[in-house]
Amino acid sequence: MMHGMQRVAQTEEEHAQNTGQVVWRLVKYLSPYKKYVAAAFILVLVNAASQGLGPMLIGRAIDGAISQGDKAGLLKTVLTLLGVYTIGMFAMRFQIYTMSTAGQKVLADLRDEVFKKLQTLHLQFLEGSQAGDLMSRLSNDIDALNNFFSQSLAQMVGSLFALIGIMVAMLFLEWRLALVALVVIPIALYVTKFFSSWSRRAFRKTRATIGDVSAEMEEQVSGVKVAQAFNRTERNVGEFAKRNAANRDANVNANAITSAFAPAMDVLSTLDLALVAAYGGYLSIIGAITIGTVIAFIQYVQNFFRPIQTVAQMWTVAQSAFAAAERIFSLLDKEIELADGKETMPRIEGKVSFEDVSFAYDSDVPVLASVSMEASPGETVAIVGPTGAGKTTIVGLLARFYDAEKGRILIDDHDLRDVSQFSLRSQMGTVTQDPFLFSGSVMDNIRYGRLDASDEDVVAAAEAANADSFIQKMSEGYQTEVGERGSLLSQGQRQLIAIARAVLADPRILILDEATASIDTRTEKLIQGALDKLLKGRTSFVIAHRLSTVRNADQVLVLDEGQIVERGKHAELIAQNGLYADLYSRQFYTPPGETSLAI
Amino acid sequence: MTGIKRTFTYLQKYLLPTAGALLSLLLVNAANLVSPKLLQRLIDDGISDLNMDVVWGVVIALIGVAAVRGIFNFLQGYLGEVTSQGVAYELRNSIFEKLQNLSFSYHDRSHTGKLMTRMTSDVELVRMFLGSGLLHLVSAIFLLIGTIVMLFTLNWKLTLLVMLILPGVGLIFMIFVKKIMPMSRIVQQKLGTLNTILQENLAGMRIVKAFAREGYEIERYGTANIDLLDANISMIKLFTAFFPLVFFMGNIGMVIVIGMGGLLVINGTLTLGELVAFTGYLIYLLMPMFMMGMIGAMLSRAEASAQRLFDVLDAKSEVEDAPDAISLPKVEGRVELRDVRFRYIGAESDVVKDLSFVAEPGETIAILGQTGAGKSSIITLIPRFYDVSDGAVLIDGKDIREVTLDSLRSQIGIVLQETTLFTGTIRENIAYGRPEATLEEVTAVAQAAQAHEFILEQAEGYDTPVGERGVGLSGGQKQRIAIARALLLDPRILIMDDSTSSVDAETEYKIQQALEELQKGRTTFIIAQRISTVRSADKILLLDKGALAAEGTHKELQETSELYMEILETQFAGQED
Ligand SMILES: Nc1ncnc2c1ncn2[C@@H]1O[C@H](COP(=O)(O)OP(=O)(O)O)[C@@H](O)[C@H]1O
Ligand SMILES: Nc1ncnc2c1ncn2[C@@H]1O[C@H](COP(=O)(O)OP(=O)(O)O)[C@@H](O)[C@H]1O
Ligand SMILES: [Mg+2]
Repeated sequence: MMHGMQRVAQTEEEHAQNTGQVVWRLVKYLSPYKKYVAAAFILVLVNAASQGLGPMLIGRAIDGAISQGDKAGLLKTVLTLLGVYTIGMFAMRFQIYTMSTAGQKVLADLRDEVFKKLQTLHLQFLEGSQAGDLMSRLSNDIDALNNFFSQSLAQMVGSLFALIGIMVAMLFLEWRLALVALVVIPIALYVTKFFSSWSRRAFRKTRATIGDVSAEMEEQVSGVKVAQAFNRTERNVGEFAKRNAANRDANVNANAITSAFAPAMDVLSTLDLALVAAYGGYLSIIGAITIGTVIAFIQYVQNFFRPIQTVAQMWTVAQSAFAAAERIFSLLDKEIELADGKETMPRIEGKVSFEDVSFAYDSDVPVLASVSMEASPGETVAIVGPTGAGKTTIVGLLARFYDAEKGRILIDDHDLRDVSQFSLRSQMGTVTQDPFLFSGSVMDNIRYGRLDASDEDVVAAAEAANADSFIQKMSEGYQTEVGERGSLLSQGQRQLIAIARAVLADPRILILDEATASIDTRTEKLIQGALDKLLKGRTSFVIAHRLSTVRNADQVLVLDEGQIVERGKHAELIAQNGLYADLYSRQFYTPPGETSLAI
Repeated sequence: MTGIKRTFTYLQKYLLPTAGALLSLLLVNAANLVSPKLLQRLIDDGISDLNMDVVWGVVIALIGVAAVRGIFNFLQGYLGEVTSQGVAYELRNSIFEKLQNLSFSYHDRSHTGKLMTRMTSDVELVRMFLGSGLLHLVSAIFLLIGTIVMLFTLNWKLTLLVMLILPGVGLIFMIFVKKIMPMSRIVQQKLGTLNTILQENLAGMRIVKAFAREGYEIERYGTANIDLLDANISMIKLFTAFFPLVFFMGNIGMVIVIGMGGLLVINGTLTLGELVAFTGYLIYLLMPMFMMGMIGAMLSRAEASAQRLFDVLDAKSEVEDAPDAISLPKVEGRVELRDVRFRYIGAESDVVKDLSFVAEPGETIAILGQTGAGKSSIITLIPRFYDVSDGAVLIDGKDIREVTLDSLRSQIGIVLQETTLFTGTIRENIAYGRPEATLEEVTAVAQAAQAHEFILEQAEGYDTPVGERGVGLSGGQKQRIAIARALLLDPRILIMDDSTSSVDAETEYKIQQALEELQKGRTTFIIAQRISTVRSADKILLLDKGALAAEGTHKELQETSELYMEILETQFAGQED
């Protein structure tokens, strides 16, 4: 809620990159579309030629046909003119088409690339970032590149060519005047550079603040129910408005800079004109050159400044694209903190061992301390303990969402760090604590566990999870939409679907992290049979607070403050009369004066 | 153009900068007309005659004009941006505010990614049109009219001829705007879909990784991306047919003038000089036409987006304050559901059927029932997150539809089943409903929720930042923060929906102990799976498929309800082995 502003300041530093490199990297994205680009340039020339040809033909018509009263000649010229304009129109049309299409393709490529990158990034980075800010890079920032690719780039290159042509012509015509005229080029360059770096800084702020706006939107839209429940909406609107205003002001600032730039160049070009007029006037007074040359030169200077203005203007505006590119590239350049192992995990038998594993999310607060344990293939391991003890963390390490700080984790004697994450996780099935569903149908969501599963398989999995009965009752059965995060279902129903999803995956290692926490005990009992079947033949880790689920485990690990304090079978642990026994009896606590419920 | 017209109301606040920008633009155009004249003088009177005085004079005038033009050019750009960013700001704020107040049923069915697309991309398209498009449109129209008037004074016959193209241009304009609009709408929709996939992937990253579905998601995103690309390219095709065509129409005007004008000259009705002068000015006709071609494309996109924005802004909230709603005075806490029937929008059957019960002030009511029985649905009716389909919810005998939402909800503390925390510190999260609460108050409720201890163990105690949705905390820790958050409101009515499901039995017991103190004098609703949690309630409502199956105390139900005994058995059977 309050960290946004700080973040803006940080990102500005973090993203600064060398302009040359940024531009080069951007231009390289066009390389698959060389043909489009080449075609666009040719078409630009054709269009320019037709624009030039027009006045010439008109001049000819007036001087020739019309003044001579030649109707046939007039008709001919008019038809030619029509032809030239038609060609010009088509050239223009295809030029814009090729450039815009190439631009859009590049943007699509970039989006794909960033999305791929996101999929490989470390969970800690992803969960630690605000989703909306990451989204902003794939939407707003990529949009900011659009103009650069579909317009600025072509115009800049075109103008550069024009500039060189005019410069050469000027030098040929009268080199002394030309040199005087060209004096402003270094000044123009300097001014451009100054404005560019100034506007870049300003545009960085616009990119960061829109990321911030986007982050707030994402979070407040997805958390809106709580906001309403707590009467917080008005305040949220106020806080959003602050960020929104920061973005508005950043944009106005950045634009003020680019708006100031064009006039600056305008004044500069007029000064140059004055210079040429004065010097040319002087030269012709002393008789060094003819008056005609001076007049021609004054026209040239005007033509000469047009491309300079265009290039410089585009360049300044392109700073917005560069600032956006910096943010995109900085994401693309993020180190993948979990290097993928080279080996492929063979079919898992199911032996799992933790050897002296220590772990902390952030180094100040240790979460797991020297955890060791071993599970034989097919065993069911229950992990119990107070909330925050580190249970979820243990299974997270097993799926290699994180790497252990100390010690190692082995599955079938393969260190997790040696095998690819895909080969590892595709043999695991997880029901996470928060039963996340994707928007889409119930069918899609269960099928997420095994993409090639037939409809019958999906239904069978749902039946096993006791989800079939409620699914059948819904308006469109398995095709019913579940809503974002499953919002159209009850929490328990979401868990049942998550269980069905894991059942369908038929994994070698199964992780149930409080998989039945939101499910009532009668339903739980109904799926107990399915769960038992599910647990059989594969190594399973079960985290649960309702200890009836863990009673049959082969081994119970009791975790407290990141350490295994007790381990053994249910009966043994009860006999030990320690933490486990405490937790267990607490469940069946009977207030004094009431008959015990235990049957 | 209804959408764009409506955005003009947002422009009203920015009339001054808008007028300033427009004026500046016109002045820049005027200055542009002056320059050639000056240049002409420089060449004709200064250089040609070798009159250095004139040269200096004109040069200084040129610089002066450039400076003035520069200033107005800047003002035009700057004021245009102030206006357009201002409108974007207002639009975003209104949508955000609207979304914050739209009822649960709207949000159940909407997608964050799509809503965000509207608030960014669509707003941006509208902004671009209002910022520069509109301005240039106005100035193009001025220029067009000005040129036509000038041409008329020059030669009305030729001008009438040239004006033959105007209906053609108008037609092209209309056809394209009509065609581009739906296409732009499609593009924006596809963008929304793409962003939804992205947003869900970011939110559900753990599941994607757990099932090793990265490849699948990349493909899914890629497909949507290509969809968007295709839509974009179709639109580009149309675009690129459009403004070259408008430009071409301008050129046709030129052809007509040369052809027909030439004939007139040959026939002797027109002098050659007149024709030459006329063609010289025709250039000024082409410029605004070209501009209008570009603006037309912008306009049609902006219109499509504006409509999408107003879709949200016009969405009707299912739950709203009645026009004559009164503020609910401080309540005693009597909650009554009277013959309540409830069905979600779009559902085929009722989730709650003919339910009636009364909770007296200070009572604790437990709701028990199977997954999907409708427990959560019932309690969401009390703070009026949804409206009942039939019957009424009464608090202290007052129908809650007759009181303001603010006054109702501020007296109800609720812990929703799905825990949502926000980016910010732990303290900010607990104080979510009362940001002005002191640290002592925050600590007190954290203690009651058994959260104090673990909070102190965090790196920065109460000031420890938590991530989006509470990343950085375990499930049970999040739930305890959510409990503390509700307790801080010190509500007369407290609702806890399965809010200790991820909390271990020991901690839950402690929470219960603390709550027993806190529950005194409050009406409390508890949904829970564990009998141990609900046994001490004053009344247990046993729910079965949305209807009340049994009602009574733990003791009574043990005697009267078979279903209750069944539930009991599932929890205690085998305890003694
Ligand atoms: N992503 C994270 N970043 C930082 N700390 C975390 C993160 N996830 C969990 N923790 C902390 O690690 C500890 C153990 O959490 P967890 O393993 O989820 O506990 P549980 O035993 O309830 O499953 C808790 O104190 C929690 O605050
Ligand atoms: N927002 C919603 N929109 C439509 N249907 C819903 C919504 N929330 C829940 N349901 C449906 O209503 C029924 C009751 O859900 P709920 O009250 O959450 O059950 P529970 O008793 O588990 O709390 C379920 O069948 C569920 O699918
Ligand atoms: Mg529920």
